[in-house]
Formats: sequence, structure tokens, C-alpha cells
Amino acid sequence: MDLVDRLLAGDRRAAAKLVTAMEDGGLSAREAIAALYPHTGRAHIVGVTGSPGTGKSTLVYELAKEFRGRGKTVGIIAVDPTSPFSGGALLGDRIRMQKLSTDAGIFIRSMASRGQLGGLARATGDAIKVLDAFGRDLIMVETVGAGQSEVEIASAAHTVIVVDAPGLGDDIQAIKAGLFEIADILVVNKADRDGADKTYLTLQMMLEMDEPGGARDWRPPLLKTIALQGEGATVLADAVEEHLAHLRESGHLATRTRRLAEEELRRIVGQELLDRLFGQVNGDRWHSLAGKVAERQLDPYTAADTLVDSFFHGLTAEETGKGCRS
Amino acid sequence: MPEKKIRVLIAKPGLDGHDRGAKVVARILRDAGMEVIYTGLRQTPEMVVAAALQEDVDVIGLSILSGAHMTLIPKVAELAKEKDLGEVLFLVGGIIPDDDAVALREMGIDGIFGPGASSEEIASFITENVKKG
Repeated sequence: MDLVDRLLAGDRRAAAKLVTAMEDGGLSAREAIAALYPHTGRAHIVGVTGSPGTGKSTLVYELAKEFRGRGKTVGIIAVDPTSPFSGGALLGDRIRMQKLSTDAGIFIRSMASRGQLGGLARATGDAIKVLDAFGRDLIMVETVGAGQSEVEIASAAHTVIVVDAPGLGDDIQAIKAGLFEIADILVVNKADRDGADKTYLTLQMMLEMDEPGGARDWRPPLLKTIALQGEGATVLADAVEEHLAHLRESGHLATRTRRLAEEELRRIVGQELLDRLFGQVNGDRWHSLAGKVAERQLDPYTAADTLVDSFFHGLTAEETGKGCRS
Repeated sequence: MPEKKIRVLIAKPGLDGHDRGAKVVARILRDAGMEVIYTGLRQTPEMVVAAALQEDVDVIGLSILSGAHMTLIPKVAELAKEKDLGEVLFLVGGIIPDDDAVALREMGIDGIFGPGASSEEIASFITENVKKG
């Protein structure tokens, strides 16, 4: 029985092997995606993001426990950064979640970002598909500890939780563009710490600046949690369910799903074109162009145009050639 | 670009709270280009094996300083075999007396690293012995 069949039959080892296949890439990963894709699209995908040390992992653990209590199966994908120097990674999100690892209704997978800069790994989207086809009701994706612009999770999840904690910045940080804009739910974690009320008020003011009756008909709820003590997990889980209900009732779920599909398709087409182009350009040509750019004989845009144009001319010639033969 | 990486689980089963060694080894392997999943302290054998399975690791590294190695390690090894993780490279670090080391090797533990083991030694043992694919 092949891995996808075993996955669909509920085999955890097959799920783990398939996630690895997605990370390693290649033909077998593509074939597996083709086979399991019809079985995806059922899970509620929830992103959890925020600065390092805000308590994302602990919050994910508490939420997972809460949803298990509500009878849902849960998949967790936790992304941590890859070292730009060694290519290695220390994946430590699991430390906070280990108590759940023996529960058959939970599947936790740590992923290294492997050079990707948007807060996720290249293979995170495909790992989500694997866990979706595996039949998890809810898939939580914890991003790399995010700064301001790691907003890729917004194009991978239905519901995005942005976690903040006291002491991390003033009100200008809160109205800058980026991370807070993508929140469907805002959480002030570590609400027992000094400064929590101020952080809460700052975020509240930020939310109040949103135009009433503006483009968004969902007003992100602002919640306080103390993840370490499990406080606030129930209310947060309610908010996650309410957001999904809202997406369904308003018809936004279909729009969002469609948008996610388009973004994914665009990304894959871009990558594919790039791979094919570089697969065709010969090394001498590349080095000669790069040399000219370095020596200021050619500007980089003109050099790039030369390459891309010749790639498409090559394609057209190939097409015509085929046409002649047939 | 997609590429294969060696994935290693580092866990501390049992009750002793001295995780400095485990963290140092995790860091060494990170610097050797591996993806290290660190599970932290007080792991039961069941937790270690469940994590190794979900993370699809190539290597399990256990750190034990409490003296309970002859109870805990065989349990982890046995559970791992049960879950079809026999292919995984199995390493132990900590304080393991020579006689016990012999017994552990017979049980299928691939490498035992005591105090004084160098970082190169551990990293190259892994790269040379991991079965990829």
C-alpha cells in the first residue's frame, strides 16, 4: 500500500513520512500531492503568529487541549528558523506541547524555515495538505517568531491569531503596517504581567481606528490570556469557532479559499518558471551577463530582459518545431 | 532549493533535571547543519517515541544522568521497534558505566557518548551512520 493510501487510512507514520517528502521536494512529493489533493479542503486552518517569546507555543498547546475537549482532532505545524550559516535548526516549539504527543487525536510536526523569509517554510502549505487529507478537523500553524512583515501566514490560513505580550512596543508599533493588520483575532498573552493593560489599551485604540462599516465586516476580537495557566483558552477557542462561522455565513470562506488558491497557484507558477528558465540558461551565458552587469557595461534590467526574452523565444521555436514535425 | 536534511530528536527521559549536556549536543548538531527537535525534560518513553514518529527523525538521542538508563533506554528501544522505527539511529549520552554500555549495544543502541566526547565525534558518527532515504 503506498503512503497516500496509508495516510487516508489513518496511519500516523505515513503522515510523518509524507511531510518529510514535502520538505525534501521532488517528483514523489508532487505525485503524492496529486493523489491526496482531492481529500483536502476540509480542515479549518488557524495561523498563530507574533513576536518571539510572546507565548505562541504555549497558547497553541492550550488551544489544542481545548479543541480536543470539544471532540476535534488537531494537527499542529510549528515552524522555527533555519540557521543562515550552517543550514541547521533547533526546533524547540515541541517542548511546550510534548504532553499532547501521545494523544492519537493530535499530530505535531516541527518544521525548519529552510531559508524562507515570510515566517513559514516553503513546504508548510503542502504539510497542511497532508494533515488535512489525514482528516484533522483543525490545523494550527505556528509561525517563526515574527517581526513586522512576516505575514505569509495570511495566505495560508482561514483564521489568523496574532499574539502580543506586554513590554514589546508603543502605540506607533501597533498602527504600523504589517503583522497586526492580518489579525482575525488579537491576543494579549501574559496578561498577568506588568504593562498588560497598557498593551491591551494600545491594541484597542488601534482597532477603534478601523473605519466603522469599512471593507471588513469582521471586527477582530481582542482577548487576554495567560497561556501558562491555561487562562483564556476557552474564550479564545470560542473566538476561533465564531470566526469560522462568520466566514461561512458571510460567504467569505469561499472567497478566501479562492484567494488562497490563486496565491498558491501564482507562487508555484513563478517558481516553476524560474526553475525552468535557470535550467535552460547555460552557465557561460549567465556568467558573461553577470560579468557585464558587474563591470557596468550593462544594467541589470536589460541583462534580465535578454535572458527572459531568449527563454521565451526558445519556447516559441520549440513549439514551431513541434508543429512542423506533426 | 529543496534538499534532504538529517533530522534528530534530542530528549531527556526520566526525572533528572540536568539538561545542559542535551542542549549543548542539540546546538552542536544544529551547527553541523542538522534539524534538531528538542523535546525538553521529563519525557516518558512513550512521549519520546511518539515524537520521533511524528517528526520522522533519522536519529534519536537520549540524555540520561540519573542512573536510570538500564530501565528507560530498553523501554524506549522496545517501543521504537514496536512502532516500526527500527531504522532510526539510536544514540545515548550521559553517564553510562562500561558494563552497561556493552549491554546497551547488544540491545541495539548504535552509539554511546560519555563526558569528553567531542562535537566532531558525535556529528560525524551521525553523518556516517544515518540511513537516508
